[in-house]
Amino acid sequence: MRILRYILRRLLYVLPVLLGVTILVFFISHAIPGDPAQMIAGPKASRQAVEEIRRSHGLDKPLPIQYLRFVSGLVQGDLGRSIRNHRPVVEDLKDFLPATLELTLAAMILCLGVGIPLGILAAVKRNKLTDHLTRVFSVFGVSTPVFWLGLMLLLLFYRNLGWLPGSGRLDIMVQPPPQFTGMYTLDALLAGQWATFANALWHIILPAFCLSYVYLAIITRIVRSSMIGVLGQDFITTARANGLSEAIIVLKHAFKNSLIPTVTITGLSFGELMGGAILTETIFAWPGMGKYVVDSVNYLDFPGIMGFTLMVSLVYVLVNLTVDVIYAFLNPTIRY
Amino acid sequence: MDAAFTSRHPRLRELLLTLKILSRNPSAVAGALIIGIMAFMGFSADLLAPFDPIRINLSERLNPPGWGHLFGTDEMGRDILSRVMHGARISLRIGFMVVAAAGMTGSFIGAAAGFLGGRIDNLIMRVMDVVLSFPPLVLAMALAAAMGPSLNNAIMAVAFVMVPKFARIVRGEALAVKEMPYIAAARVSGAKNFWIIFNHILPNCMNSVVVLATLTLGETILIAASLSFIGLGAQPPAPEWGAMISVGRKFVMDQWWYATFPGLFILFTVIGFNILGDALRDVLDPRIRR
Repeated sequence: MRILRYILRRLLYVLPVLLGVTILVFFISHAIPGDPAQMIAGPKASRQAVEEIRRSHGLDKPLPIQYLRFVSGLVQGDLGRSIRNHRPVVEDLKDFLPATLELTLAAMILCLGVGIPLGILAAVKRNKLTDHLTRVFSVFGVSTPVFWLGLMLLLLFYRNLGWLPGSGRLDIMVQPPPQFTGMYTLDALLAGQWATFANALWHIILPAFCLSYVYLAIITRIVRSSMIGVLGQDFITTARANGLSEAIIVLKHAFKNSLIPTVTITGLSFGELMGGAILTETIFAWPGMGKYVVDSVNYLDFPGIMGFTLMVSLVYVLVNLTVDVIYAFLNPTIRY
Repeated sequence: MDAAFTSRHPRLRELLLTLKILSRNPSAVAGALIIGIMAFMGFSADLLAPFDPIRINLSERLNPPGWGHLFGTDEMGRDILSRVMHGARISLRIGFMVVAAAGMTGSFIGAAAGFLGGRIDNLIMRVMDVVLSFPPLVLAMALAAAMGPSLNNAIMAVAFVMVPKFARIVRGEALAVKEMPYIAAARVSGAKNFWIIFNHILPNCMNSVVVLATLTLGETILIAASLSFIGLGAQPPAPEWGAMISVGRKFVMDQWWYATFPGLFILFTVIGFNILGDALRDVLDPRIRR
């Protein structure tokens, strides 16, 4: 029962944050220099057409009224129309979301699949060579500009070695799999098209690694320090005294107890990965929301930029809400 | 300085002690050395750089690294080494401006929230939560796009995004400092809230602020370079590292040197701030100290 109450309170707490997010995005879009009606109408529109748009879009109303219209539009899934292609921004984002989600999830799998074992290894071999090497690996991770790393990976693995493809989600000759989720790897698996799956996997390796490196580094550090904390506790000594094997002590007893900080940082990373996708997708010509927003920036297509910003923030808030709920299950002592 | 002098100035004594411990910490020294080299290069770029970073010389387009041009030349025939050296000044300036602005604003907001408590605290921290609900690069990008592509706008955008980090840390510290007996003493002797915040709360939060500022410098340089890369920060022909990589990207398959060197400089500068920041954290944390 207490856990339900906690989840409910946590949900209630999200509402004002979401409200604040919409207010902030609304104000940013109103800080744009120049006349928004003119921008929608285009540079060649007549005065009359601009006035018409000002009235029909409610841009002549006071700001609070405009804000209410903005929010009621949002609730109905209306993010405005793109200046670039005159399509509803929501439609555009829907088209590009699966590619970004696929890339982000692949990066997340890499982060956890490599970061956790690496962190455990560093903690067990504390102050040995392995530990120092992981430290160097992590310092580079948090200090490398993602876009530059992407270029260097392309230069090495695509241009010089020719091992991996350099752009896109599939070879041009390969047909995309039938669409269920929009994620090519998953869809190909579901349809049983192994060749397409291999091709999609082949394409995602470089961008996913590029995107994951920063958080891989952070997760490695977090797992290491939290494992070191747990390994020093009395119950580990007791387990050793009882003659349990080192593998069981490390993997079962210590790792389980070091999970909480790992889960927190995983939640935070997910949102940041979507931010990092802006740069990674641009470098690898990956047709996702990140590339979409950079194209929007180049056209100064504000509805596109703001729609993306709002969408990412929404995902960020919801993922962290989920993390807090998982948290409550992992650690029964955490309650409001 | 003699012992009598420093004993009369406890904060100076503290600073000297900190520097002494830091000088024995190899990663602190390495970090400081990297930053020192970058700063030296940036500030003396006018004297040291072998070529003009802006002037076009089409007869030397896209030359590979060699004796004439150690890092090669770009598509306008400009010397990349000279541009990268001038870029150090731009990036460090961005970093320090952002951290100064965000650090001061954020610290003050955080100290006020923690010290005053109650509704003000609640309101301020909820606003900070809103700003923290965006990935930093995404919010900075939206702000910079709305204000228009320019270096100054990018600086303001990144500073805005960094404020809540400082506010959070300082608020936490302020909550602890506020319970100290000397705060009660100051209050009894009639000190005003603002006076207490400036003279007692903020100075006692400085250790955490310095550590955070150092680490934030690295992050700021990365985000600012990213903004320039997508066209929202420094504009060409400014020799900013991110902007150079943005153009160099088109040449990366055949002229590897163009994008490689500016990126290496970003990488090393940020590493410098990160390892110095980590070392500072170890040294300034009174629990680990000795």
